[in-house]
Amino acid sequence: MVKIDDYKNDVPVQWCPGCPNFGILNALKTALTALEKMPHECCLVSGIGQAAKLPHYLKCNFFNGLHGRAIPAATGIHVANPRLTTIVVTGEGDCYGEGGNHFLHALRRNPDITVVVHNNEFYALTKGQASPTTRIGEKRSLQIHGVEIAPLNMPAVAIVHDCTFVARGFAGDVDHLKTLLVEAIGHPGLSFVEVIQPCITWGTHPVSWYRERIYTLGKDYDPADRKAALEKTMETGQKIATGILFRAAPRKLFAARFRQEITDRPFAEIKPVSPQTVTHF
Amino acid sequence: MEDLNVVIAGAAGEGVQTVGEVLVETILGHGYAVFAWQEFESRIRGGQNSYTIRISEKPANAPVMGADILLALNDGAADKYGPLIQKDGILIAEKKIRDRMIPIAFSDIAEKELGNRIYINTMAIGALAAAIGMNPEILYKVLSQKFAKKGEPVVATNRIAAEKGYLLAREGCQGICPWSLPERDTRYRLLSGTTAIAMAAALAGCRFMAAYPMSPSTGIITFLAENEKEFGVFTEQAEDEISAVNMAIGASFAGARAMTATSGGGFALMVEAVSLAGMIETPLVIILGQRPGPATGLPTRTAQGDLLFAVHAGHGEFPKLVMAPADATDILRQIVRAFNLADRYQIPAIVLTDQFLMDALYSIEEIHPDQYVPEFHLADPAIIDDYHRYHVTETGISPRLYPGQSRHLVTADSDEHDFRGHITEDLAKTVPVMVEKRLAKHRELKTAIRPPEEVDVERAERILVGWGASRSALLEALELLEKNGNRTGMIHFTEMWPLPEYRFPEGKSYWSVENNATGQLARLLRSEYGIVFSGEIHRYDGLPLTGSYIQEKLQW
Ligand SMILES: Cc1ncc(C[n+]2csc(CCOP(=O)(O)OP(=O)(O)O)c2C)c(N)n1
Ligand code: SF4
Ligand SMILES: [Mg+2]
Repeated sequence: MVKIDDYKNDVPVQWCPGCPNFGILNALKTALTALEKMPHECCLVSGIGQAAKLPHYLKCNFFNGLHGRAIPAATGIHVANPRLTTIVVTGEGDCYGEGGNHFLHALRRNPDITVVVHNNEFYALTKGQASPTTRIGEKRSLQIHGVEIAPLNMPAVAIVHDCTFVARGFAGDVDHLKTLLVEAIGHPGLSFVEVIQPCITWGTHPVSWYRERIYTLGKDYDPADRKAALEKTMETGQKIATGILFRAAPRKLFAARFRQEITDRPFAEIKPVSPQTVTHF
Repeated sequence: MEDLNVVIAGAAGEGVQTVGEVLVETILGHGYAVFAWQEFESRIRGGQNSYTIRISEKPANAPVMGADILLALNDGAADKYGPLIQKDGILIAEKKIRDRMIPIAFSDIAEKELGNRIYINTMAIGALAAAIGMNPEILYKVLSQKFAKKGEPVVATNRIAAEKGYLLAREGCQGICPWSLPERDTRYRLLSGTTAIAMAAALAGCRFMAAYPMSPSTGIITFLAENEKEFGVFTEQAEDEISAVNMAIGASFAGARAMTATSGGGFALMVEAVSLAGMIETPLVIILGQRPGPATGLPTRTAQGDLLFAVHAGHGEFPKLVMAPADATDILRQIVRAFNLADRYQIPAIVLTDQFLMDALYSIEEIHPDQYVPEFHLADPAIIDDYHRYHVTETGISPRLYPGQSRHLVTADSDEHDFRGHITEDLAKTVPVMVEKRLAKHRELKTAIRPPEEVDVERAERILVGWGASRSALLEALELLEKNGNRTGMIHFTEMWPLPEYRFPEGKSYWSVENNATGQLARLLRSEYGIVFSGEIHRYDGLPLTGSYIQEKLQW
């Protein structure tokens, strides 16, 4: 039996007290516990930012790499050791800004990893600049006249590009977020969970502003309906849907052919080719 | 036999490479060694390219500018490469434009008598076989093997085409072709720089390669993808070089030997990750195939212009290894060594090659892959109680495990971190210790680095100093100079950083010889050893250094 305390560590957290990031951390720990994953069976991968510090605050394997580059690193990790449950935790600046190109290509590759994006509509760590999801007109530390360029809608992009699991959660609703993470981690292929994570330090809107607008998709919503899913992602502003936005039958996994034809073992366990192979080639 | 140099020239798409490859096979079938190198324009059709084949009894793996026989597949090629023809050399081309040549109406005959222009190439090979003085039967055998898959009629027509070329050239040869290749029993093996890198990587236990296409390095990942069954290396074309290198680092963190390959521009994009590998102490091998820059430069040409870039690549201070193999055999040794050292010291290793080395074909008597033994340095989780990824040791080397290997948790952090791999801002205690720990590995690594190769350093007063793939040209220069009574020595580096403990002998006159415009090795050696150069020879026109180029520059 895995207990939530198995994930507990003593690293002092650098987030602001009361930051909704704590909610995401709790949801992730409970989800992994519910999935009966041991800490050494998981590898968390992140870039740089407030969100990307998360792997330090629970006990597990982790790779806290460069700003924007969590997805390529996670892809390499997962290919080399498919037995690991590989989870990317990243901010929207990390994942959609600096690393946007990698996100697009991860959609094409469909590696069996989970990508959790803390979306706070800010570059929080660098002190409050606009991020790729900041709404037009909102002021930021650098965008003093208000943001003038349009925000990115990555859940829509993911749905269009055949990501077979796309969900949106709210850091203020830990239980719901936990169920989304359990589903996402269990789903074969790339699963993508964007989490609304209000920043209480730089934020223009208090958490209550989000709470008023957020609702949970009900039983009447069919996540297999791609058109409906796209419509949900277009509801911006006054209503924000959370839940599984889109789920399709798993499609071919990245590296599946190699695993079938060459090896499905962790690469570290395989002996190098023999000198004879080279001599006779 | 005197060495014989054959140049095949034509536009991209005209079959220069095909003619070259068949000819090389046929020469090997006669028991001779070849050294083949190419220079070409960055385009898929048109332009003018050349494929140079040096034929010798013993391997003479060095480039020569000059043609005993030039085959020009179009008029422009005859114009452009005509000046390469030596005093007693000949030209084979469509139209009679000089004395000492064999004009053959390839296009006309191919179209009218053989029914298709595609037979021009085979006729031309036949003509070369006659001019060189080869046994045509060996050529026919090579051709029938080459076309076997296409069926009997194709084999038969190619034979007719080769015979036609052979007979016409034999007639035209009267009095101007003194060459012949009597058959020998020796059999040489051919190895290109690219193939050597790919095979050596597999031999070293590499399991993962991600790369973004860029000349001259694309051939490595292509070879490994084509031969996935034999070598078992996972390959992926990344969306950019940043992704490629970060994927490789991820795979390596997860326990796989991993690599990437690129050229200067792509390497520029990778540099942040070189620093990452240094910081998180994850082994990584990067092949940096040099071509002339700046920026896109000359995409298909050669240079040694990125030495200082490689040595200084990456922000911050951390240990790294930079190597520059001399030739295909040296690649086998150095690539396996690069993987071993990267693993032992948990550092990034950059292997500098160049277009010339990657695309050249070297003749080798035998390869001995069993001499290049992969060494693995992962720790044994069973003997560790309490595991800390960045445990501080005297050598700076911490036991490395991979995630999922055992119950021990494995971490990596690009932030400055403590011994457990967690972000730290403990400036008083932890930070200096971690900085020193990483740099201790640089000192350890330095003791593993081999001194440069010395040739005739004691006897000669003038010493040429070079590095990497120009070794064969330097050696040839020594021979040419010796013939003219100018004894000259050589000091040649293949392990570039850290530089080895080494003393340059005193009282010599040192000349650096480099395929770049600013003398980067000279600069590096001056700052490390304080030596003074009497002169520097630079070549920066996109072509490789040759023995005679160096010799001419030295004649004062
Ligand atoms: C190459 C590089 N450029 C810039 C930075 C500075 N930087 C650190 S975090 C960050 C933005 C983080 O935004 P986000 O991913 O949304 O994380 P948040 O702090 O909002 O959680 C930036 C620009 C960096 N670390 N590396
Ligand atoms: S700055 Fe914002 S996102 Fe970062 S920890 Fe503080 S509240 Fe959370
Ligand atoms: Mg953010």
